[in-house]
Amino acid sequence: MSEYENPRPHYRLWPPSPETITSLVTIGIAVACIAAGFAYVGGYLTPQRLTQARIIDRFEQINGVHPGFRRNHAKGVCIAGTFDSNGNGTALSTAAVFEKGTTPVTGRFAVAVGKPFVPDNETEVRSMALSFRLRDGEEWRTGMNDIPVFPVRNAQAFYEQMLAARPDPATGKPDPSRMQSFLAAHPETAKALQAIKARPFSTGFANASYNSLDAFRFVNGAGVSTPVRWSMEAVDPFVAEGQAGVNKSSPTDVNYLFDDLIARLAKGSVQWHLVVTIGTSDDATADATVAWPETRTRLTLGTLTIDRIATEAPGNCSDVNFDPLVLPAGIAPSDDPLLSARSATYSNSFRRRAAEAKTPSEVQVPNVTKGASP
Amino acid sequence: MTHYQFPAFSRVLHWLMAVMILAMLFIGIGMVASVTEYHWLLSIHRPLGIAILVLAAIRLLNRLVRQSPPLPNGMPTTMRFAAHGSHVLLYALMFAVPLVGWAMLSAARYPVVLYGAIHLPPIAPQSDQLYSILRTAHTALALTLFALFLAHFGAALVHRLVFRDGVFESMASLRSGRRER
Repeated sequence: MSEYENPRPHYRLWPPSPETITSLVTIGIAVACIAAGFAYVGGYLTPQRLTQARIIDRFEQINGVHPGFRRNHAKGVCIAGTFDSNGNGTALSTAAVFEKGTTPVTGRFAVAVGKPFVPDNETEVRSMALSFRLRDGEEWRTGMNDIPVFPVRNAQAFYEQMLAARPDPATGKPDPSRMQSFLAAHPETAKALQAIKARPFSTGFANASYNSLDAFRFVNGAGVSTPVRWSMEAVDPFVAEGQAGVNKSSPTDVNYLFDDLIARLAKGSVQWHLVVTIGTSDDATADATVAWPETRTRLTLGTLTIDRIATEAPGNCSDVNFDPLVLPAGIAPSDDPLLSARSATYSNSFRRRAAEAKTPSEVQVPNVTKGASP
Repeated sequence: MTHYQFPAFSRVLHWLMAVMILAMLFIGIGMVASVTEYHWLLSIHRPLGIAILVLAAIRLLNRLVRQSPPLPNGMPTTMRFAAHGSHVLLYALMFAVPLVGWAMLSAARYPVVLYGAIHLPPIAPQSDQLYSILRTAHTALALTLFALFLAHFGAALVHRLVFRDGVFESMASLRSGRRER
């Protein structure tokens, strides 16, 4: 005959014996400790901790809430085309995108501001985001900017810099003393901003080059991991802003950057070369404020051809979070802390905008490119 | 006299999954509130979630084909109802939380990468609205699972320390289930 150990368990709790009270209190404390640990890990007990939600909150404080739009790089347009690999990348990475052949690409051009209706002449940084659809369902997403280095090293500095650079509601301009004290505490940012300001500024999206800024690692078939940064280098000849008759301070068209791109694509496809810079053990991978020496080996891995452009809409690039850590096998994150921070905050921005009703984009593409919707 | 126990395989599954699910809940809540730690936590979260889904399926089959020890005689009806009901919910959530997570990534058009080139196909159509609903559901179900875990853990200790009815030992004992004492 089978029986439980205690043939006459007592299920009556009232009136409680002193032992019962002691046991229940002990159990309550144990349960409460686990719940408190959970709340702590979730950030509920540390309101000062920098979380992805707080970074996106700050974007909203500064730019306002624009339902349905990305919290940064809000004004943009969808593009599509192909990447033709020359096979040179296979020595460095097992990623199928680098084998000789063609990979379909969709993407997005944007200006690096969190306001979806900002006039183009008020922006200083342009971005190219791409999603390579590899065979077998793998994907490589990358978001690149047309600046040589990133202004900050990590998320905390980014968060502080946003506040320091925030325009004063009274004057409409940032308070110079706040920026000065931020730069005094962050000399790496002062240096990076000099390099960013000194860069040649092209007339538009098509003749600009875009940089990954963050370092990544290419991993080859032998398991060798190589630090890299990549760029999309424009094939269209560089023309500096101001030389081509574009008056940046008072353009007749507030969307001149996007409208120029639409007109350029109406004439034919636009190309960029994918160039990787190969880092050495001397090069910092965890500091995107520092450029690697000019002498580093640069290898061209293929050509990006963009031939289609479309207004952001459900079903195209509008639905895509260009998370820089969506990577195929053969490309791995480096120890750059900005990568995880970008991945985390983009996911928060994506979550918020996905829940919101959509407003039509400022950038409207007339039906000039034949029916091809990226 | 035989000790009332779950079969050894059931106990192994229970404790393995207990550790995995508790780790998963802490990783999940920590991941969405973190910045620098986000990526490595996420890279554990996805394969661990799929592992839990697979083990939940094995566990459900095991539960259906193998005898579980009956609850002790004399246990009040309300307590029996709470015990059965909470276990049905626990099983449902062991499936629902990872499945909703997988569907949510599909709706957002994220590749469901487990490790390296190993990834799963999408199980939901791409849709912002669907993603938004599933994303909210994923958190709500996970928090329900955590609350249920706390109740389960608390109840197990009450069985051990207050009722002393052998229910705790039926899962917690290291003894082999079949041997005579």
